[in-house]
Amino acid sequence: MTKKQSLPVRLLKGFGMFWWDFLVGDTPELFIAALVIIGVIALLSLAGHFNAAAVVVLPLLAVSALTVSVRRAQRAARRK
Amino acid sequence: MFFATTVSTGVVVLVGAVFLACAVEMVEALTIVLAVGHTRGWRSAFEGTGMALVALAALVAVFGPALVHVPISVLRLVVGGVLLIFGMQWLRKAILRASGLKALHNEDEIYRETVAELKALGSRVDRDHVAFVMAFKGVFLEGLEVVITVLTLGTSAHRLGLATTVAAVAVLLVGIVGVVVAKQLSNVPENAMKMSVGVLLVSYGTFWTGEGLKVKWPGNDVALLLFVALYVVVTWLLVVMLRRETPSISSEVAA
Repeated sequence: MTKKQSLPVRLLKGFGMFWWDFLVGDTPELFIAALVIIGVIALLSLAGHFNAAAVVVLPLLAVSALTVSVRRAQRAARRK
Repeated sequence: MFFATTVSTGVVVLVGAVFLACAVEMVEALTIVLAVGHTRGWRSAFEGTGMALVALAALVAVFGPALVHVPISVLRLVVGGVLLIFGMQWLRKAILRASGLKALHNEDEIYRETVAELKALGSRVDRDHVAFVMAFKGVFLEGLEVVITVLTLGTSAHRLGLATTVAAVAVLLVGIVGVVVAKQLSNVPENAMKMSVGVLLVSYGTFWTGEGLKVKWPGNDVALLLFVALYVVVTWLLVVMLRRETPSISSEVAA
């Protein structure tokens, strides 16, 4: 039998679940891609001072992430 | 002259993104409220809607002023990251729907499903708890996305007032149109709107993520237009490619 949780705990859990669904949900690859993009651009821009490379790489990575995610959904649809 | 051009570019993209995002969310929330009102009575539907609006206003009142105190580079990086994820999610869904891999979001169908669900729950009472909760959840969850869009875009661009006004206009406009046409919200070209919002959110996400990481964009705000053009082309290519490769795949249930 499960113990009933207090209101603050339930609110906190609900808040965490909302952000999890909002940012990760059924597309964890996009969440990971955003983290990778931030990491790579931070390295290029902040650590390496390669502004021109960052300008090109950032949208390129976003386009790649979108393409990979769409392809993943296409494969999943084919399996159904 | 150059300053005026760059400012207006950012403003146009901001207004477009906020207006379309809010209009789409309002269509979805209104469908649920109309279904609840027609099936279980308007009193509880309005009470649920009102309570959700109060809860959303409280969230804005708490988090809105707090966001202003966050250092701008941190705010832009976080907002950029969130918009990048959020925008790619919207764009992905819109691409899958446009290419036939996912069923189109059909408001008529959602309306019928909600009505059937509510009717199955039995007769209504004076204080209809089910209707209240359904209306509250519908408005609150859709409204939360509006709040996040307005707060993130508005604060990052230092135009929270403008973003709020545009959101209010979009919500009011869809509300009036929705009430006038009653249940015919399915005529709204929702997927095209979602695709446009996805493109604008990813464009802003790219821009703010770069700004937050001290990337100097060529042409400053004008870079936003280049991103919009890039993502429009990529979206179009992906839709064409998917349509060509998967002509026989039927649709799945709309999320």
